[in-house]
Amino acid sequence: MKPQDKQAYLEEYELLKKKGKPFFPYAVMKDSAMALIVVAVIIAMSIILGAEQGPKADPTTTTYVPRPEWYFFFLFELLRVIKPPELVPIATIGIPTICMVLLLLLPFYDRGPERRPERRPIATTAGIITIIAMGYLTYLGATGGSPTEIDMQVAKRYEPGKEVVAGSGCLACHKLGENGNNGPGPELTHIASRIPRAAIIRSVEIGPGIMPSFRELPPKKIEQLADFLSSLD
Amino acid sequence: MPSFPKPKIPDAVVPPPLRKPAKPGSAGTPQGQAPSDLKTSPPERKTAGDKLLDRGKDAPIDALGWVDQRLAVSGFLTGMLFRKVPKGTNWFYTLGSATLFAFIVQATTGVFLAMFYTPSATQAYSSISHINNEVPLGQLVHGMHKWGSSVMVILIFLHMGRTFFFGAYKYPRELNWVIGVVLLILTMTMAFTGYLLPFDQRSFWASIVGININGTGPVVGPYLSDFLRAGPELGATTLSRFYAIHMLLVPGAIIALIGAHMYLVVKLGTTAPPWVKAERPKVASPVSELDAGVNGNGRVDGNRVNGSPVSGEGNGAV
Repeated sequence: MKPQDKQAYLEEYELLKKKGKPFFPYAVMKDSAMALIVVAVIIAMSIILGAEQGPKADPTTTTYVPRPEWYFFFLFELLRVIKPPELVPIATIGIPTICMVLLLLLPFYDRGPERRPERRPIATTAGIITIIAMGYLTYLGATGGSPTEIDMQVAKRYEPGKEVVAGSGCLACHKLGENGNNGPGPELTHIASRIPRAAIIRSVEIGPGIMPSFRELPPKKIEQLADFLSSLD
Repeated sequence: MPSFPKPKIPDAVVPPPLRKPAKPGSAGTPQGQAPSDLKTSPPERKTAGDKLLDRGKDAPIDALGWVDQRLAVSGFLTGMLFRKVPKGTNWFYTLGSATLFAFIVQATTGVFLAMFYTPSATQAYSSISHINNEVPLGQLVHGMHKWGSSVMVILIFLHMGRTFFFGAYKYPRELNWVIGVVLLILTMTMAFTGYLLPFDQRSFWASIVGININGTGPVVGPYLSDFLRAGPELGATTLSRFYAIHMLLVPGAIIALIGAHMYLVVKLGTTAPPWVKAERPKVASPVSELDAGVNGNGRVDGNRVNGSPVSGEGNGAV
């Protein structure tokens, strides 16, 4: 923005302000009406939707699906959409950080004097695409299935392990045959061909990357789970 | 559009030192009688009760004057309240204050929840049960806090969208945009740390995933997730740490930054919608007439340039 643009803006703004109305009572009126609506909506949501408690937190659970709250769905889904392992650091490190820095520094690189959205095609397009992308990812996150069934024929001795996998929420992040969500975690259908049994156990216990640790599972269940997964090649 | 006169400040709220002297003959004197310079007329007799009543009537004004002599805020307050907001200000401009009100709801309900909540891994869950089931209106307040967070997150994004599409972050309001983005991050931090506090299954596992996502951040990511978790596993210390962040650290920062944000809003003024243009004062030079035509054309709010013949032409031509 050139100095004369700044000067022109300030002059224009002074004129607009002269033509304006006083903050009190005109703007205060609108703000108060809006405040009432906000409080009314919050109270109505509280009455209608309530504040039910779920079951008590239990690290040893085998039936709960780890998912973030809805405002972080877009972040969670971003990890799910970007699948190739070599791109995962970009999804987890790159995109959110770059977006945050871009957002913070917006006024320092977008310094044109134009303010009308239809005359700032790049900014407006980028804004709309961001909104659509975040909306779509949030929608994916909200509707993403968290099945706890595995339709897979396995030998009798692997059945207990299959139950552990199905009941421990693994499918929230891993695809297994026809079931489960494809990401953020890698597909498990042929996991045994990629990593050995010991590595499977280590992953379950440590929880590498964004994966939660399942160390609290009883050792017997971890054994059964590892038996089942290391049979998948 | 008619111009609005600056509302007159009622005499009662103007402290005595700033009050204009009453005009002779008007009934505005504190005694409620016309001042008389006739020495012959005897001063009206007043009972002690009347005098007390008079002093009582003046007491709030005197008290106000006393405070204002020491704080000198009346100029700022009247300046802030009666400052003009630019032409074209519409309902989109209420999103910021709506976010503020959502924050006030969160702060108020949060104080009441804190009176009954116990931030320990063993008692957190039962204290929430107690709030929900036994404390009068407990579930209502808890629900308001829970859903208020979603409302606030939505409102702050809408407010940011308005600022973005209206180009309101541009000169001279760049720093207020930066403060706003920091407030957005802090709001998300509040949403994240508050989610663990009920300590049920949903919040427990959501926090594990959230902390792990944090852990994938660049350079500081792993340290940040270790700091949040307060150890290798999510547990009792994590809960008290989240509680402290949620109750003390972030709210303090948010309140301070909201203060800075609003100070800059008052200082710099709110923007007008980008398509609203000012009517230039009419000057008899052809250049300024051309200007007026262009401005008249750029307007979409239905206002007309007062008596400018060029504006109609401009509207038709382009």
